[in-house]
Amino acid sequence: MSLLELKSVSKGFGPPGARAEVLRGINLSIEEGEFVAIVGYSGAGKTTLISLIAGLILPDTGTVSLRGVEIVGPGPDRGIVFQNYSLLPWLTVFENVSLAVEQCFPDWTPEQRLEQAERYIRMVHLESAALKRPSELSGGMRQRVSVARALAMEPEILLLDEPFGALDALTRATLQDELARICQDTQTTVVLITNDPDEGIYLADRIVPLSASPSATFGPSVEIDLPRPRDRKGLNHLTRFKEIRRELTDYLVASSRSKRLEVRRTLVLPDIEPEDLSIPRSAIAGRTRPIRRSEIKRETVEI
Amino acid sequence: MRNIRSKLDWLLMPLVGFMIAVAVWEFVSVALCKELPSPAKTWSESRDYVLKPFEKRGEMDQGILRFTWYSLILVAKGYAIALAVGTPLGFMLGLSKTFTKIFDPIIQVLRPVSPLAWLPLGLVLFVGAGKQASELGALFTIAVCAMWPTVLNTAVGVRAIPQDYLNVARVLKLSRSKTFVKVLIPATLPYMFTGFRLSLGIAWLVIVAAEMLTGRPGVGGFLWQEYNALNYARIILCILTIGFVGFALDRLMGCAERCFKTA
Ligand SMILES: Nc1ncnc2c1ncn2[C@@H]1O[C@H](COP(=O)(O)OP(=O)(O)OP(=O)(O)O)[C@@H](O)[C@H]1O
Ligand SMILES: [Mg+2]
Repeated sequence: MSLLELKSVSKGFGPPGARAEVLRGINLSIEEGEFVAIVGYSGAGKTTLISLIAGLILPDTGTVSLRGVEIVGPGPDRGIVFQNYSLLPWLTVFENVSLAVEQCFPDWTPEQRLEQAERYIRMVHLESAALKRPSELSGGMRQRVSVARALAMEPEILLLDEPFGALDALTRATLQDELARICQDTQTTVVLITNDPDEGIYLADRIVPLSASPSATFGPSVEIDLPRPRDRKGLNHLTRFKEIRRELTDYLVASSRSKRLEVRRTLVLPDIEPEDLSIPRSAIAGRTRPIRRSEIKRETVEI
Repeated sequence: MRNIRSKLDWLLMPLVGFMIAVAVWEFVSVALCKELPSPAKTWSESRDYVLKPFEKRGEMDQGILRFTWYSLILVAKGYAIALAVGTPLGFMLGLSKTFTKIFDPIIQVLRPVSPLAWLPLGLVLFVGAGKQASELGALFTIAVCAMWPTVLNTAVGVRAIPQDYLNVARVLKLSRSKTFVKVLIPATLPYMFTGFRLSLGIAWLVIVAAEMLTGRPGVGGFLWQEYNALNYARIILCILTIGFVGFALDRLMGCAERCFKTA
């Protein structure tokens, strides 16, 4: 049995009548220990999808189940890293992480909890910033705190919603490497949402494209059979990498083209000809109005 | 030279303003309204009260700071009641749409009622308390009038809590009470403090009216008594005192507010 299973899930927003369908016919199953990346356009419904898995919202039709048990609400067995970090700004880094630890392991002794929080803060290299508040951290550091908080819950599955979307390319690369290392070490099941196919290919075991909005659905998933650990620079030159990448982008581009609205109408252009008003009209061969371009039978252009 | 001037601007500019105000005051008292005491006369008549600010010569003849102290104590009590009632009310309004629908109209109707209108009602309510009636009536008035900014700002603050924070609470499965203490209160605190600050301003406004009508010893009571005794100079003393104390209170709350905003 797969760890996570989505069966013909659909979700829409808005009042009945003016309902906009965001996701339709979503099927996905994720095995234990697998790293799955989901790529899609902005606004395709990626956050909606991860909120469904997290249980923050419920599907309109279909079921989401974890180990065969239907998900009906959020819980600490699914650690989520929100798109906008969502750290509590009035708590320090350490307090943010230890609040999660406290909630997930109520039976532990205070020393064990302290140890757990410190371990995961160390894992994302933030020991020196442990007593700072989120407002004193850079975007990348906040993102790492968010990852530490999710991991410290020791979830069955880690949900990452565009974790590096708001970061510059250099920081992004560093954090990707860090994430790859952490996932290798902890062997957690991961769902990574991203809008960057390269990021997905670099990190994941399997990558699933999400078609463009509205009514987004999954395209054919691609196994990434590239050996690990992957080398960022070398990757670009592998034929297999290029193949996967082309496959993904072709699907995404095609999905957005077929969804694009097409408007056709005949434009009626004004039919106006300039006229020299100083010449009296009657003087020119009985003409009383200027000749329209559409009335000209033959037009000669001098070269 | 220019540098030194701009450094002293914060002190010099307000001083210029005060001087202009005093000049206008002097001009009005001399040229337009002979009844208005001039600045010099005001000073000479209220010197006793300012230079011996804590002296008690009689029930209604005490140093100005002693009077201020009485007023502040009464304000503190009424303000405490206002916060104790207003904050929970604000939370309920912010959290529950039904509660808002039921009570918001009443609040909107009661909010603009003047303290002068509440006070007689307060006195009637506590008429059974005998000697305490005037104090309780005044407290009631302060609390009722000062409550609204706290209520409304807290409600706005609760409604403005980003969904993300609530999602974090849901994912972590925080209990209701823990969500309240760990998420709702800290997230609302800046708004609450804005409300507290506005409430304090109103409480200080109301105290003067309440004291005037009940004749309690305090800045407002003193003002009213001196008016009846035709000592207009001391009315001005009272006005200035009320103004400065109000300004100081506002500044104090402003500092507290800033502390919580950055948090
Ligand atoms: N609570 C909501 N109410 C109404 N519409 C919503 C809601 N949440 C999302 N939508 C709509 O669903 C669509 C998908 O939104 P979603 O946030 O899932 O996109 P996304 O793929 O995460 O985009 P991005 O990459 O920019 O984060 C959008 O068109 C959005 O308007
Ligand atoms: Mg999103």
